[in-house]
Amino acid sequence: MTADSILSIAPYQPDVQPVIGELNQRFGADVFTVQTTRTGMPVLWVAREQLVNVLTFLRNLPRPYVMLYDLHGVDERLRTQRRGLPDADFTVFYHLMSIERNSDIMIKVALREGDLNVPSIISIWPNANWYEREVWDLYGITFTGHPHLTRIMMPPTWEGHPLRKDYPARATEFDPFSLNRAKQELEEEAARFRPEDWGMKRGGEHEDYMFLNLGPNHPSAHGAFRIILQLDGEEIVDCVPDIGYHHRGAEKMAERQSWHSFIPYTDRIDYLGGVMNNLPYVLSVEKLAGIKVPDRVDFIRVMMAEFFRINSHLLFLGTYIQDVGAMTPVFFTFTDRQRAYKVIEAITGFRMHPAWYRIGGVAHDLPRGWDKLVKEFVEWLPKRLDEYEKAALQNSILRGRTIGVAQYNTKEALEWGVTGSGLRSTGLDFDLRKARPYSGYENFEFEVPLAHNGDAYDRCMVRVEEMRQSVRIIEQCLRNMPEGPYKADHPLTTPPPKERTLRDIETLITHFLQVSWGPVMPANEAFQMIEATKGINSYYLTSDGSTMSYRTRIRTPSFAHLQQIPSVINGSMVADLIAYLGSIDFVMADVDR
Amino acid sequence: MSWLTPEVIDVIIAVAKAVVILLAVVICGALLSFFERRLLGWWQDRYGPNRVGPFGSLQIVADMLKMFFKEDWTPPFADKAVFIIAPMIAFAAMLLAFAIIPVTPNWGVADLNIGILFFFAMAGLSVYAVLFAGWSSNNKFALLGSLRASAQTISYEVFLALSLMGIVAQVGSFNMRDIVDYQAQHLWFIIPQFFGFCTFFVAGVAVTHRHPFDQPEAEQELADGYHIEYAGMKWGMFFVGEYIGIVTISALLVTLFFGGWHGPFGILPQIPFIWFALKTCFFIMLFILLRASIPRPRYDQVMAFSWKFCLPLTLINLLVTGALVLAAAQ
Repeated sequence: MTADSILSIAPYQPDVQPVIGELNQRFGADVFTVQTTRTGMPVLWVAREQLVNVLTFLRNLPRPYVMLYDLHGVDERLRTQRRGLPDADFTVFYHLMSIERNSDIMIKVALREGDLNVPSIISIWPNANWYEREVWDLYGITFTGHPHLTRIMMPPTWEGHPLRKDYPARATEFDPFSLNRAKQELEEEAARFRPEDWGMKRGGEHEDYMFLNLGPNHPSAHGAFRIILQLDGEEIVDCVPDIGYHHRGAEKMAERQSWHSFIPYTDRIDYLGGVMNNLPYVLSVEKLAGIKVPDRVDFIRVMMAEFFRINSHLLFLGTYIQDVGAMTPVFFTFTDRQRAYKVIEAITGFRMHPAWYRIGGVAHDLPRGWDKLVKEFVEWLPKRLDEYEKAALQNSILRGRTIGVAQYNTKEALEWGVTGSGLRSTGLDFDLRKARPYSGYENFEFEVPLAHNGDAYDRCMVRVEEMRQSVRIIEQCLRNMPEGPYKADHPLTTPPPKERTLRDIETLITHFLQVSWGPVMPANEAFQMIEATKGINSYYLTSDGSTMSYRTRIRTPSFAHLQQIPSVINGSMVADLIAYLGSIDFVMADVDR
Repeated sequence: MSWLTPEVIDVIIAVAKAVVILLAVVICGALLSFFERRLLGWWQDRYGPNRVGPFGSLQIVADMLKMFFKEDWTPPFADKAVFIIAPMIAFAAMLLAFAIIPVTPNWGVADLNIGILFFFAMAGLSVYAVLFAGWSSNNKFALLGSLRASAQTISYEVFLALSLMGIVAQVGSFNMRDIVDYQAQHLWFIIPQFFGFCTFFVAGVAVTHRHPFDQPEAEQELADGYHIEYAGMKWGMFFVGEYIGIVTISALLVTLFFGGWHGPFGILPQIPFIWFALKTCFFIMLFILLRASIPRPRYDQVMAFSWKFCLPLTLINLLVTGALVLAAAQ
């Protein structure tokens, strides 16, 4: 499939879909168990024996499911409310995405504890590789046929599989940590790179290769990211990205935080995205609770999310140009970011991690005078963007460094699960804000910037244009901000509107319970994806009818983007890799969670 | 005091002058680190060092104190002798090259009649600093940096020399004072040798490993490249050596193309040193401005620029100059 074959993205159709008919027709209805959820897509259980057939069929359908959007597991052993579902101790789920249908499907496989293995699907979607490694690492589920099933998030010497329900989440449940000389050497030895493990040769017929360990501490690695390069001179023959240095176990933490108190953790997933990270989480929780928020809340949320999109893109722009070797622009973009933070700080009270969205609303109403601040920013930024374009982005050295560098096309992008600006720079018009509007984005006028070469330069230009469009959206929020409450009138809104708590005992009790104990979400599954700063970010929540999430799966764009690196960069030079890493726009917290 | 003949006094004065000039160059080089940071700060909407002393002017003292008292660490896996020699070469080569520059009619370290050739020799030597440092560090990033340095130097030294041959052909001498005098009598060489100036400037930046020809260091790619393993005063010598290189190249540009100590149109001949210093400062500023303003090309693009653009341009310039000189002679 190429970009040209899609004229327009079909309207988004959740739930009821022809694909179930197509599947039933091919395999028979008794092969599938349909699970009703609030995920906005059909969720089908299949037996392990049928899995590869079903997935291959979906991959090869007319209007195929081209992208393996997500793949992960669930430990089902403590789940109480799973009536009508196949017996399972563990589940592996496959979330597939079709661009042409503009819809998704989720396939689940039930596994028993004594027999934890499923066939690997790398041959169908190459990006299954890292996801399967992660599931093995965190759940201990074996993927037969996987070429390199090793730990990816945890250190190679780690014992146990942390996301299992019987694996403790608190440090106090472990013996105190100690590190002696022998242990340190053991760890260091385990982290040593052995090319043979990865099927790499140490030398060719006439030459030896150099293995260069770039990172986890390197000025252009954008965080604790390690990539081992097999070099012939300065040419990259092959490379192995190594992640996990920033892993904090956000998904595990979600299982012991209340629905409400997990919000601040989401800010720190893509730490440049601020409240943008809250959005998929609260939208997803609201789906579980069945909350519809007032218009004013949608507008405020959109406005703040777009502020953070600009902020993240500005940081990208500065560091990207710096990675290509120009030292000055980064200082100017940080000046602009300071301007944005001035507004953000006035409205939310915080800068990088406001944790400001709430279940059913936002933390408080907009302060008096907010419109003046926003107006100042909206008038300031476009002029600066023009300047960057003229002074830095049209520079012939920069163009020479980035045009044609790290190029991939739409087909490759979809194969590797690339989303966001990286996907749109290949010419595919797929922006969730247009394709699957959420949080009221359908009410705004803006364009989706596209480019066609899919190289490092295009990815940058798309983001610069996206900032202009974000300014347009913010302008519309400024002009049309509706009046009304900043919290939904719903029993599960957390914290509940304060005014009534002082007058009526029912609400006081609810307020007390929700703040101390946390709200209880009905048992179900919900899912929300958004067009975040770096690509598509989503939260797939499973509630077991408790104050805490049973399973929170956070799918982040950067994970997929890093997995793609070897397929894009092999054959280029070290300097190209740096320009490429800059153009991906990732933060390691968004990769490792 | 019979040994104190006028000849000996002359020698003593010459040595004293030489020491004063070279010390001044070293101090200028050291101070440049402060000025560069302030200028960059000024161009980049920020302050730069402004805390130590008035306007931050004592920052350099603080930096030097820090550097002197830092552990002078030599990695156990390094080749010790070569590792120690490298920063010395970096420091000395460009400083020695300054010896040929006539600062004023009476001041100058050495009046060599092969002045320009001596500079080429020193420029050629200075690459050994990078090569030795990269090789002896036994570090892959450093090795890649020094590989880049050697490739870059080979490419740029070729036309570094050729770009000045036009001047030599016109003046008929390698002596710097002759060149300055010639410019005072005729035009400054920036006009007849404009292409020579362009290519020499490019090559000059490359010789000092300054941005955008800082391929051997390339912080974003090689994480400081060849001097990655250096610390303390050894690193300081590389650092100051780089600034001395800037001073030397700037002074050379002034001497060769902008009439040395002469003012434009012969105005104010009473202040030769001021003219020289002003013009040199201008070029030093240009070096810093370059660093502030442009990105770094990829290493193969740098090589291609050298071989496919600069070298042909230099050769054409040399041919045309030669033809004109011959025509004028007949």
